[in-house]
Amino acid sequence: MDSELDNTVLERPPLLVLRGIVKQFPGCLANDHVDLTIGKGEIHALLGENGAGKSTLVKIIYGVMKPDAGSMIWNGQPVSIASPAQARALGIGMVFQHFSLFEALTVSENIALGLNDPKDRENLESRIAEISTRYGLPLDPHKAVHDLSVGERQRIEIVRCLLQNPKLLIMDEPTSVLTPQEVSKLFDTLRRLRDEGCSILYISHKLEEIRTLCERATIMRLGKVVAHCNPAEKTARDLAEMMISAKLKQQDYSNKTIHLGGDRLVVNKLTIRSNQQFGTDLKDISFTVKGGEIFGIAGIAGNGQGELMDALSGEIPAGSPMNILLDGAAIGQERPRARRRRGGCFLPEERNGHGAVGQMTLAENGFLSAHVRGALGRFGLINAKRTREFAAKVIHAFDVRTTGPLAEARSLSGGNLQKFLVGREVLQQPGVLVISQPTWGVDAGAAAAIYEALLQLAAAGTAIVLISQDLDEILLLCDRIAVIAAGRLSDAMNVKDATIEKIGLLMGGTHTGKEELAHALPA
Amino acid sequence: MNLAYVSNLAISVVAASTPLLIAASGELVAEKSGVLNLGVEGMMLVGAIAGFATAHQTGSALLGVGAAALAGMLIAMIFALLTLSFLANQVATGLALTIFGKGFAALLGAGYVGISAPVLHAIPVPLLSQIPFIGHVLFDQNILIYFSFVMLALIAWFLNKTHAGLILRAVGDSHDAAHAMGYPVLRIRYAAVAFGGAMAGIGGAYLSLFYSPLWSQDLTAGRGWIALALVVFSAWRPLWLLVGAYLFGGITFLSLYIQGLGIAVPSPLVSLLPYVGTVVVLVLISRDARRIRLNQPACLGKYFHAVS
Repeated sequence: MDSELDNTVLERPPLLVLRGIVKQFPGCLANDHVDLTIGKGEIHALLGENGAGKSTLVKIIYGVMKPDAGSMIWNGQPVSIASPAQARALGIGMVFQHFSLFEALTVSENIALGLNDPKDRENLESRIAEISTRYGLPLDPHKAVHDLSVGERQRIEIVRCLLQNPKLLIMDEPTSVLTPQEVSKLFDTLRRLRDEGCSILYISHKLEEIRTLCERATIMRLGKVVAHCNPAEKTARDLAEMMISAKLKQQDYSNKTIHLGGDRLVVNKLTIRSNQQFGTDLKDISFTVKGGEIFGIAGIAGNGQGELMDALSGEIPAGSPMNILLDGAAIGQERPRARRRRGGCFLPEERNGHGAVGQMTLAENGFLSAHVRGALGRFGLINAKRTREFAAKVIHAFDVRTTGPLAEARSLSGGNLQKFLVGREVLQQPGVLVISQPTWGVDAGAAAAIYEALLQLAAAGTAIVLISQDLDEILLLCDRIAVIAAGRLSDAMNVKDATIEKIGLLMGGTHTGKEELAHALPA
Repeated sequence: MNLAYVSNLAISVVAASTPLLIAASGELVAEKSGVLNLGVEGMMLVGAIAGFATAHQTGSALLGVGAAALAGMLIAMIFALLTLSFLANQVATGLALTIFGKGFAALLGAGYVGISAPVLHAIPVPLLSQIPFIGHVLFDQNILIYFSFVMLALIAWFLNKTHAGLILRAVGDSHDAAHAMGYPVLRIRYAAVAFGGAMAGIGGAYLSLFYSPLWSQDLTAGRGWIALALVVFSAWRPLWLLVGAYLFGGITFLSLYIQGLGIAVPSPLVSLLPYVGTVVVLVLISRDARRIRLNQPACLGKYFHAVS
């Protein structure tokens, strides 16, 4: 590994040097003696899986967290950054992964909140307009943030940073919420910034993006820096292997044979008002899933996926029973428990709090979902033995790393808990499974196991609805795809006919008939 | 009905509305910062007795108002300490604060029952008070009535036009984002809660030093709760707070008026009128869920625990 550390030649003078940064959280060493050097005017990638410690490291650079040990050198001078205001004063700007925006406030109010110096806030609107045109980041300063798309929100953060003429711009997973078209526009902006001499620290786990955009990369695993490299010289596979330290098994499910059964889940003109503050209302959603089929719903976060999940699982009842048919039964107004009895299984997006109760044991969490179909209780009493056996079966079948069925759910790592939850639903042998973001924050090995389980379940005749923001995952697993944008669902298409461009346009809310789509796409 | 009669009516409505307006303006600021303090009733009562006792001892009603503000602020700080620093549940703590405030005020006031204190006198505004009708209603009043209008205008200006007000709203909208940007979330909330406490205390002093200046237990008679409801009624907008407070004050006065006319309606039913009226208006307002959604501080009542 030393040789890999040695062969990074800095072509430019360093702007920021980190030495031996350590950050300890209870039960987890998030940063273990991390070294990082960012040159002037370079786009530097910080690569690593979820939980590798990237976000912690940048929060330290931006002054949100204090390191337990280590030193920082900025422009040749040793510094310690105690607050984000001090970081901004030095010339460090940051665009957060989960945007630090205020929904109820307008664009210009949001930007003003990021400017410490009252002088910076003078003539704010004309300066926003100037930066917007110069870098191709269109924004309306008077609009309230909750009305804006995710791409527009990101632009606010970028403009806010640029107003302070930063020398270093930190971008934490900037593309995870963007359409492919928005990503390429963002890259143009970043390249222009680099050409003007601004350094960019680009955090991501998307390998192809890093290969196209970045000149140097620092790779982290479990809190440590494991390698430095020039990403353009490596293949995506090399990078991935450095990132997860295991040889990847090439996955290809395209040859699978599908035996389609009858219609198992029919959604018919489903219209629902969101029960969340700043939620998305569902409008006129219709689709059909047959037994043995995996139906993918793509889309950017916050376009109605949560509401659709809640409507299908029964957490929000539909307007009419006929809006949702499960194996021919009109269940639109049934409660989740009744739907489970009919063979529906549901796994929402948030593992902690929605999919599982952190303070309860795995056995209890298993009971919550499987007591009907798994017959884990009778006369309102819990059958403790069967409940423990069910959890043990899931743990065994899905290789969940834990101390046993009596471990608390929150003691498991994200990937392991997700495997347990998927296993809990799959082992109930559902007739219809609705699953949202099954591999979010899960390592590659666990993801492969989850994919395998879903495919086997479909082969056994289950109709599966897969709601995911990960396009690669959808294209890999699904037979048919539809895109959700602003609470509306596009027409379904076969995965063979789906291209990234086509899906990207639909994600951006270009809800077109087929004719318009033909115009929008270059031939 | 002659003009003098109407202007007396109007004066009565102003008098009944002012304590609500003062207490609710303070609570509005606290809630805008994301803190739900249900202890308004308790803070008003403590302010009322502190003001009354001080005025009685010193002979100065104005000193009484100052003492009431201080007392309201101090008791609000107990709430802030428990909910902001020790992360106690805001709803439960607020209810406890009301119960505590009621008992504490009754204890302190035990020796004052039936005694009267110096009252706040009307201070006519030069020139303006000479305007027919309006001058008498609005510009020939005691200082706290002027204060209620000035403070409301200041709060509206502070929240919507100043950078500090923007920061306060931002903290209420997303404390995590505000913290990530480096704003001192807890300090801002402490300040907002302290302001809310001081205003509730002054609202209480208005009751004990002007509106019914004869100490009796439970002087506030649920006005703290109405002030809380008004904040929701207004959807957290100062101008609508004014409308709500005067609507409620108007209905309160109307119920007294009906009783005075001797119409054969059972008096408990008439006393119920302002409360029923408020409930009806609240229900009508809440039907527009979207407006509430957009204006309600998104972090209202939520825990904030900074990871550093």
